[in-house]
Amino acid sequence: MSSSKSNLPILSTQAPPSEPATHLGGPHPDLLLDGDHDLCPGCGEPVAIRLLLEAIEELGCGQSSIATVGIGCYTAFTSIIDLDLVQALHGRAPSVATGIKRMRPESLVFTLQGDGDMVNEGLQEVLHTAARGENVTCVLLNNGVFGETGGHMTATTVLGQRTKNSLEGRDAAYHGQPILIGEMLASLDGTAYAARGSVADATSISRTRRMLKKAFQAQLNGEGFSFVEILTMCPTGWFIETARGPAYMSEVMGSVHVTGELKSGQ
Amino acid sequence: MTRVFVEGSEALAAAAIAAGCRFFAGYPMTPFTGLLDHMAKMLPEAGGVVVNAESELEAVGMAWGALATGARAATGSTGQGLSLMQESLSEITRAELPLVVFNLARGQADYFQATRGGGHGDYRHIVLAPIDIHEAVAHTQMAFHLADRWRNPVLIYGDYLLAHTYESVDIGPMDFPELPPKDWAVDGSLGGTGRSRNLNPIGMTKGSKGIEPQSFLDRLNLKCEAMAREEMRFESEFCEDAELLVVAFGTLAKFVRFVVRQMREEGLRVGYARPISLWPFPSEDLRAAAAGVREVAVLEMNAGQMIDDVRLAILGDAPVTAIGGISMDEAGFGIGPLLDPDTIRCRVEALLRLKEKVA
Repeated sequence: MSSSKSNLPILSTQAPPSEPATHLGGPHPDLLLDGDHDLCPGCGEPVAIRLLLEAIEELGCGQSSIATVGIGCYTAFTSIIDLDLVQALHGRAPSVATGIKRMRPESLVFTLQGDGDMVNEGLQEVLHTAARGENVTCVLLNNGVFGETGGHMTATTVLGQRTKNSLEGRDAAYHGQPILIGEMLASLDGTAYAARGSVADATSISRTRRMLKKAFQAQLNGEGFSFVEILTMCPTGWFIETARGPAYMSEVMGSVHVTGELKSGQ
Repeated sequence: MTRVFVEGSEALAAAAIAAGCRFFAGYPMTPFTGLLDHMAKMLPEAGGVVVNAESELEAVGMAWGALATGARAATGSTGQGLSLMQESLSEITRAELPLVVFNLARGQADYFQATRGGGHGDYRHIVLAPIDIHEAVAHTQMAFHLADRWRNPVLIYGDYLLAHTYESVDIGPMDFPELPPKDWAVDGSLGGTGRSRNLNPIGMTKGSKGIEPQSFLDRLNLKCEAMAREEMRFESEFCEDAELLVVAFGTLAKFVRFVVRQMREEGLRVGYARPISLWPFPSEDLRAAAAGVREVAVLEMNAGQMIDDVRLAILGDAPVTAIGGISMDEAGFGIGPLLDPDTIRCRVEALLRLKEKVA
């Protein structure tokens, strides 16, 4: 935990809390201007973005990071992420990050993209950026749907998953197979680090934070391309009850997009 | 400053580097390839970076990122490759990034693409169409200045002839008025201060939720109107007592200017006019040059594109006739039979004689 959280009150564990946890001050990362967001209840993206910002803080890179953000629900965070930031077009963030990094090699340069952004429209860009061994970090928030348009199938949607344009479930014969982007990127020689985490529960959240730090550290070490995929809940786009999000994600998505480190220099 | 005898592509590369360009990304395509070759060789020697992009889509994206850091950056292609870039070219304009983009085109049929743009939304690029390598060297350096001054892309419209002929030219840094520092450029330093930057093409700012598209786009449009007023460039010769005014742009205009000068020596009352900036189109200058002429002829190597702007400029003062047309070589590079003084003279003279007969 970073030092900025040390001023939180210490709770008694002798009795159940008398107030909801959000009343404890709602601490948010220093690199976020506002703790509130406008995304749906149960969305996994705010958790992932928090981890990302905490990882940057913990590495001491708050004043040397440049974000390149794609297009998706998470784009709403561009107004409150307190980092120098470039808004890219759908799919184009890895190329924009390439241009930034080549001109500012001393900065920590990363992209923030969704699965529709990176794996559908921008697959070519992220693959070539990895193959070049471009010394940037690409962060994928993978929820298996186009959340912003209301739950449409993406390249990572797993077989059988129902979306607005795979109403009876994704059928391999009709819709094709999902792309396992993490494995694909890990197979390239230019990739120094690749991992797939999740925000399903506390354990996976702290594992994912470590993955982000390792990916950024690989960039800071000049090892080459680094990649962290984070499975995020989208109960709205999945047409399920909010509370079922984490369990559904672990069972349905997690059995195909298996979490863990996919490539590591160590 | 020393004169060097160089191919156009090399001259463009040298001029871009002299202007401070430090990043270039591209994908090979004739006749743009030569510029990419020379940049790949020369820019690293000048401390810059060239990336061989996987396609034009990524080339323009990489330039976008380099520009965001405040570096002078450029990309380019032929019109075909620029077709792929249009989405980014439009967005980069709204993100107010000073891109310089070269279209070393296969002829003159990309006039609409250059002046109207193929991307979405309201946007304009300053478009300079040099007549020869000498002017292209100056235009290239000016393009980087104008792009920074307006925080708006500038397009250089050249062609095969410009890229692959040789001229003796001076290439050295030109002087331009000083510009304000790029305090908008991202360097990461403002993270966590509450004043971090957001280079954003849809008007999203930091600290406020949502966007205000009306005021954002209104502001950009006001800038566009100011560019339109201030960046018109035009040249003309022999317009005062001309019966026929011939309008041409780019390298073809050098042939037209030669023919008109020749005809003037023989006492024929022909005038010559050239929009140097295709956008903003120098409408008022052209209309003034055409005052009193009996007819305006437009010579362009396409099915008729600039003629629309000429007609809008002339406002019905005189009939406007196309005497150019599609003119292609066997490879399709736009080096057609119209690039020939005798052929041009025949067409101009035919129209002049026809007018005399009617008169």
